[in-house]
Amino acid sequence: MKSVTFRIWRGDVTGGKLVDYTTEFSEGMVVLDIVHKIQATQANDLACRWNCKAGKCGSCSAEINGVPRLMCMTRLDMIPVEKPVTIEPMRAFPSIRDLVTDVSWNFLVKKKIKKFKPRAPDAADGTWRMQQEDIDRVQEFRKCIECFLCQDVCHVLRDHRKHDEFIGPRFLVYTAALEMHPLDTEDRIEELKQAHGIGYCNITKCCTKVCPENITITDNAIIPLKERVVDEFYDPLGWLWKIIRPKG
Amino acid sequence: MTYTSVLAKQRRFGETTRTDAWWIQPLLVFLGFSAFIAYSTWAALQGTDTVHCYYWLGGYNPNANGANYLSPFFSPELFSVSPDAPPAVFGTLPAIWPGWLPFSPAFLMMWVPAGFRFTCYYYRGAYYKAFWADPINCAVGEPRKTYLGERYFPLIIQNIHRYFFYLAVVFIFILAWDAWDALWFVDAAGKQHFGIAVGSLVLIVNVYLLGGYTFGCHSFRHLIGGFLDSKSKVPVCAKGYSCVSCLNHRHMLWAWMSLFWVGFTDIYIRLCAMGVWHDFRIFTF
Repeated sequence: MKSVTFRIWRGDVTGGKLVDYTTEFSEGMVVLDIVHKIQATQANDLACRWNCKAGKCGSCSAEINGVPRLMCMTRLDMIPVEKPVTIEPMRAFPSIRDLVTDVSWNFLVKKKIKKFKPRAPDAADGTWRMQQEDIDRVQEFRKCIECFLCQDVCHVLRDHRKHDEFIGPRFLVYTAALEMHPLDTEDRIEELKQAHGIGYCNITKCCTKVCPENITITDNAIIPLKERVVDEFYDPLGWLWKIIRPKG
Repeated sequence: MTYTSVLAKQRRFGETTRTDAWWIQPLLVFLGFSAFIAYSTWAALQGTDTVHCYYWLGGYNPNANGANYLSPFFSPELFSVSPDAPPAVFGTLPAIWPGWLPFSPAFLMMWVPAGFRFTCYYYRGAYYKAFWADPINCAVGEPRKTYLGERYFPLIIQNIHRYFFYLAVVFIFILAWDAWDALWFVDAAGKQHFGIAVGSLVLIVNVYLLGGYTFGCHSFRHLIGGFLDSKSKVPVCAKGYSCVSCLNHRHMLWAWMSLFWVGFTDIYIRLCAMGVWHDFRIFTF
């Protein structure tokens, strides 16, 4: 068996440091396997959040060699193991302990977004009719597992700490799923511009790069929302067009 | 204690635990854009005086061989300076233009493609990283602590992008017309013949790549159907949205290829007009 050194951040909200752990690994192991092995054999008090180990619960988000990734979906043959592998908690959220961060801010943000407000039912039995091609676009956004890696890598939150003014890529995707839904009748455009700070996004596409569900966050969610904000606030021709455009 | 006050310490510029060569991508973008800006500025001012005209291969130029190629940097030519220049839309430059102020026909129209690319969603993300280091790459420390994004002046102006798109579409048709002109060759008797030369192909590929870039624009994708939540009710919009999405999927590739090729088209015409390269005629009817 080969051996690998994991340089894991140990600490809490008051501070911490990187600690080296060397262990053996075999083919097919993922980063989370190694973290669990270290937890079982060398550091019983190592805190790490995980659940499904299948890339679907979004719990084991961390920064592996500086890149936000799911630990359970990062095989050791995807990263260089000749040098120590750095494992850190997400930097956009406060540390609770070791690799566990306090992501509660995200749930508070979600509550601020206007809820789904469907039009009146199409049928007498209270159901609606939709075409698949109309729902294709928002189905991509429904793949989100809320791992918050996109929030972590977004420099507006990570480096500039605009948590009070910007909802981040995850919730722009969430808003897009509601706003582009063919049944929804709610208007969230003014909030997007003002309270949710979509203008802070400068389209670096880092969120798209780290998404484990391969959601095209920037091109399919954020930019179309930015264009809707332009329709509403910055386009005089668009204001005229809205009077005669097809409704949908 | 606020939520953000207990976050990990902000990193210094360039500080990261990434182990890959994260600096290569912004460096290549920086070099690529800088090279194009430097070349296009230089080219706009070269061969535009009253003696030489190197942006057009045609007319009395002894190297023209009956061809009619106008550099895309100079099309449409609104005013001309050189007597060797192609007939301009509004004729020669009016005398009111101050003699001390350099003039190039490119100055009058280059702001349109430049503005379109400057406000393009792909380019914005790329040059914010490469030229402004905001961020220099994903999960790498930044040089500044303050940040306004595109929410406030000056970058709020980027919302003008769709208006540059409207103008850019006009230019695609103008450049397509130039490519059509490049398929007609004048013989010694002054009669026009349909034909294809390497220069014709260069100009056709130029329109193709610029068209792929322009019609894959994010704003166009929104305007043609993205604004609709129920596209199935307007099948024309649904089809248009699908086509534009197809181009938009490779917008970065179209952006780079068209940028490179428009520069190469100018180089090709310029070197042929100077007699350095010879335009090979494939056939003429």
